[in-house]
Amino acid sequence: MSHDATTQSSSSALQAVTARLKHSPLLLPLAGLIVVSIAMAFASDNFFSLDNIVNVLRQQSIIGILAIGMTFVILTGGIDLSVGAVMALCGTLGTGVMVNMGMPGGIGLLAMIVVGILFGLFNGLLVAWGKMPAIIVTLATMLIARGLGLVYSGGYPISGLPGWVSWFGIGRVAGVPVPIIIMVVLYAMAWVLLQRTAFGRHVYAIGGNETATTLSGVNTKRIKLIVFMISGFTSAMAAIVFTGRLMSGQPGAGVAFELDAIAMVVLGGTAIAGGRGLILGTLIGAVLLGIINNGLNLVGINPYLQDVIKGLIILLAIYIGREWR
Amino acid sequence: MLQMKGIRKAFGPVQVLHGVNLEVQAGEVHALLGENGAGKSTMMKILCGIIGADDGVIEIDGKARHFAHYDEAIAAGVGIVFQEFSLIPYLTAVENIFLAREKKTRFGLLDRKAMRARAKEVLDKLGVEVSLDKPVAELSVAEQQFVEIAKALSLDARILVLDEPTATLTPSEVEYLFKVMRELRSQGVAIVFISHHLEEIFEICDRITVLRDGEYVGTRRVGDIDTNELVEMMVGRRIESNFPPKPEARPQARVVIDAQTIQLHKAGPFSSFQLRQGEILGFAGLVGSGRTETALSIMGAYPAVRVNVEINGDATTPRNPSEALARGIGLLPESRKEQGLITSFSIMQNVSVNNYGKYRKMGAFLDLAAERKHTVKAINDVRVKAPGPDAPCDTLSGGNQQKVVIARWLNHHTPILIFDEPTRGIDVGAKAEIYQLMRELTEEGYSIIMISSELPEITGLADRVCVFRSGAVVATLEGAAINSEEIMKHATTGKLNYVA
Repeated sequence: MSHDATTQSSSSALQAVTARLKHSPLLLPLAGLIVVSIAMAFASDNFFSLDNIVNVLRQQSIIGILAIGMTFVILTGGIDLSVGAVMALCGTLGTGVMVNMGMPGGIGLLAMIVVGILFGLFNGLLVAWGKMPAIIVTLATMLIARGLGLVYSGGYPISGLPGWVSWFGIGRVAGVPVPIIIMVVLYAMAWVLLQRTAFGRHVYAIGGNETATTLSGVNTKRIKLIVFMISGFTSAMAAIVFTGRLMSGQPGAGVAFELDAIAMVVLGGTAIAGGRGLILGTLIGAVLLGIINNGLNLVGINPYLQDVIKGLIILLAIYIGREWR
Repeated sequence: MLQMKGIRKAFGPVQVLHGVNLEVQAGEVHALLGENGAGKSTMMKILCGIIGADDGVIEIDGKARHFAHYDEAIAAGVGIVFQEFSLIPYLTAVENIFLAREKKTRFGLLDRKAMRARAKEVLDKLGVEVSLDKPVAELSVAEQQFVEIAKALSLDARILVLDEPTATLTPSEVEYLFKVMRELRSQGVAIVFISHHLEEIFEICDRITVLRDGEYVGTRRVGDIDTNELVEMMVGRRIESNFPPKPEARPQARVVIDAQTIQLHKAGPFSSFQLRQGEILGFAGLVGSGRTETALSIMGAYPAVRVNVEINGDATTPRNPSEALARGIGLLPESRKEQGLITSFSIMQNVSVNNYGKYRKMGAFLDLAAERKHTVKAINDVRVKAPGPDAPCDTLSGGNQQKVVIARWLNHHTPILIFDEPTRGIDVGAKAEIYQLMRELTEEGYSIIMISSELPEITGLADRVCVFRSGAVVATLEGAAINSEEIMKHATTGKLNYVA
């Protein structure tokens, strides 16, 4: 009897897990991750080595961080095309504060964060209060951010940073690269924000039905503003890692990073129209995209052809996701 | 000319048509009548091939037809003018009429002359004058409707379906439409006319087919039936029984909203009215008379020119719905799908979405257990019938969806509630439940503004009624003065006030 009861409860627990997974937006990204990993493992002996996996994560960390802010914005039904350019602007101005103005390094890093958040504020004000579509606003501010960085530096990289800054780009803690740690910590923070705070619920509500959310008394403008500020903040965090890795302020960095970030969000199962998706999905999307890049390299495919394959894989993923709903 | 026999249709587990018949003759205006949700629109969608029937026969001129697509129905001579117009707002009348079947010259370019001539011919046949060169967005609602009708006729429609064509028209425009309909009737067109206004049906129609809850009730000649019989056919019982009894008038009750001056539009008329605690204040008037806009302007959701409102004695007007919420005003919006529900959210999340302040722990984090406890109570209080609090909202019936939005505000204890068309698209039984619920709420001390286009609802439920015309309140009725005739009189002829 008791034996029966336990098997029943364990099988119903299993059923509950499968039922939850079946309706989870994570199902497809996870399935994709598994399929691609197996394919890559067959294609290359090196793929499943610890070194290679750490390598994939490290490579994905910068855009993976940008994709966090992107997830917030896309969940509200918006988009932020300026993330790559803002990252470059943060890195350039922050480096300038340290090198050209001779301020202590801490102030320089703080400056990066302030610049990122302020730029997000700028985007958010234009979208929420200016009532303009995010895609156009951030297309324009992408140009502005890129241009400002180039104007400030005269188009040249700024080098001469204190050596410890490289810790953010190439340092390790207990053998784990610092960029990976930063990325994972930021994802954890984003998860808490989205799943465990009222703000997070409001983000999903706006993406689900903005009019209904406004009429129910939620201050939707404020939420949209904060969402863009978060995106600005993650751009700044990406800038810190990027600067640490290259040990210089690069005004031309991050071109087309926004596109990879969007691809990660979409591969992670977040609806481009907003309202549905999980931050964990974006992390899976980041890893998935990394494995595809890495695998194509390991197999030795022509880099030009790699872009074609990547594009096709993204299309396929979205198509399957669409059929699934 | 048209025969639909034994039409059956189910959406998932819900049977919406249980073997419905409809027979329309050439040169006849035939009313299709029934409460919201009776299955009229579904019948018409089946006729037009927009959705398929599960069972039943459609015959046109004695030949059985089956339409898999709208195009096939059009080719067979069926034209429909939808309740929500399907015109492209930035295109002209001519461009709209010939959309997707543009006439072309030998060189493959648009033959604008031929299209214009044909459009003019059709509109002349209707006997209407509509600008052919303006974008249709700049035309009046009635003119847009004529363009829709012209579009159907230019396709040689012999069966024309008009789905609530008069809902948004002024009385003189309705007369004009009727003239056009009579003209078409004399030309041998079979017209199916859907309307909730019984007077209109008695005026224009020859025969009436009544549906109730997806069942075919019967077909009568207009001369053989009176209003009372017709209403009984529609609802299956006397409609008065739907409403809970009204309480004694309480003129001494505290004023919770004192709207001294509201002016919606520049150079428009002024309104003033008061909402007293524990009453249901009806906002009556024709569609477009400014009822919704006035209510929304109180809560900062409509940019009126001037709003001087005291809420509980405080004269600062909320600037947006979130400030209104803080002042205790909640809104049940007109359109559940577009303005009320967040359909990707569960029932529970829909109820709690504006109330997370209550479910906090350690400052910022959500207390999920408290959320569940309070929300489930609110859902039960309004008697939502659902599999559970985690069920998605789009599986619920209209009445239950409406209750979810009501639960949102009860959960928040906003003492002032604005209900905009609370029973639109809800079946008869659920309507009675919502009325009962509203009365219970006022007895608990909530104060309700109810905007409604259904006169029985206003006369049956409201303690006092503000009648709107052309953007402002023109009369406030109490007691015995609350009857259909009095309301319609003020709604069509009431005196507007242009001085603050």
